[in-house]
Amino acid sequence: MREETIDGMVQNILVILPHPDDEAFTVSGTLAKHLQDGAHVTYACLTLGEMGRNMGIPPFANRVTLPAIRKIELEESCRAIGIQDLRMLGFHDKMIEFEDQEQLDGQIDALIKELSPSIVYTFYPGYSVHPDHDACGTAVIRTISRLPKEERPVVYCSAFAKNHQQAIGKPQLVNDVKDFLQQKMASIQAHRSQFQAAELVGSKKLEDEEIKERFGTERFWIYPFN
Amino acid sequence: MQLINQEKVQQRIDSFKNQDLYIHLEMTTGAYAAHLDSSKHPAANFITNAVIRYSHGSIAGSGPYRVGLKMIQGWIYSEGLTHWEESEMERLLLAGHDSQGKLIVSLQLSRVPF
Repeated sequence: MREETIDGMVQNILVILPHPDDEAFTVSGTLAKHLQDGAHVTYACLTLGEMGRNMGIPPFANRVTLPAIRKIELEESCRAIGIQDLRMLGFHDKMIEFEDQEQLDGQIDALIKELSPSIVYTFYPGYSVHPDHDACGTAVIRTISRLPKEERPVVYCSAFAKNHQQAIGKPQLVNDVKDFLQQKMASIQAHRSQFQAAELVGSKKLEDEEIKERFGTERFWIYPFN
Repeated sequence: MQLINQEKVQQRIDSFKNQDLYIHLEMTTGAYAAHLDSSKHPAANFITNAVIRYSHGSIAGSGPYRVGLKMIQGWIYSEGLTHWEESEMERLLLAGHDSQGKLIVSLQLSRVPF
């Protein structure tokens, strides 16, 4: 069954996250399911993660070569998930919260106008640990808040700060993605400068209960616009 | 990157003396430090493509290494350096990686911007 809107159009989904590999852990299984259902997915990745600390073990990347290496890893991750449309927006890693808001919001707004997504995935502002994650979510919410209510896509946010549930409650969406672990693990493993696959999964198979438990669920909160 | 060869790094430092250079200097605990261990205090800084010039510089220690560069007014200092990129002939790329392989410090010099 194709994932269609009521007027028969293919559903557009827009993912806005700051770093290559953010998609792998937060939303790759959910996206693989949307794609199986016929959706069109655009992933806008704000940076190339060029300030990352992981360079591979032993280090095969360095501060200078890291952005080009992570760009290739990001493209491979998107292929593994099946994402049709990857946009690399070219912002500088670690600097999203300091970026010119007009420029940042302008790029997000242009994507929303171009794609008219029914769903946007991003990080929950304030509950996503890394300053780039919070700043990315903040920019997405700020931009969508400016749209007339009837034009706003639903925004599904990922959150993982300590004690986040005390502040924002339980997630409204708990997606079982165990049927999509192959895509998800391939997405994670594509980011080989950042994660040693062995370190993550050891010699375990995808059917292993521990892997299913750890990676088999993706949780999202629907952002409560006023 | 490779483990630092002190003698070769010293040669590169000497070859960069008395000229305008672009510097990338960085130290970071990682943005997740406190998320993973609440006793940790996340801190980081970096500066990229500032122009500096030094009259004298050296690499010291027995690994991890320290580098000090003496400018007309002031110093540049970096501690904890473990790796360098030996294939880079025109630039000096130094980094310190912790026991998990994560970058914790870096000092880079180049005649053209990074």
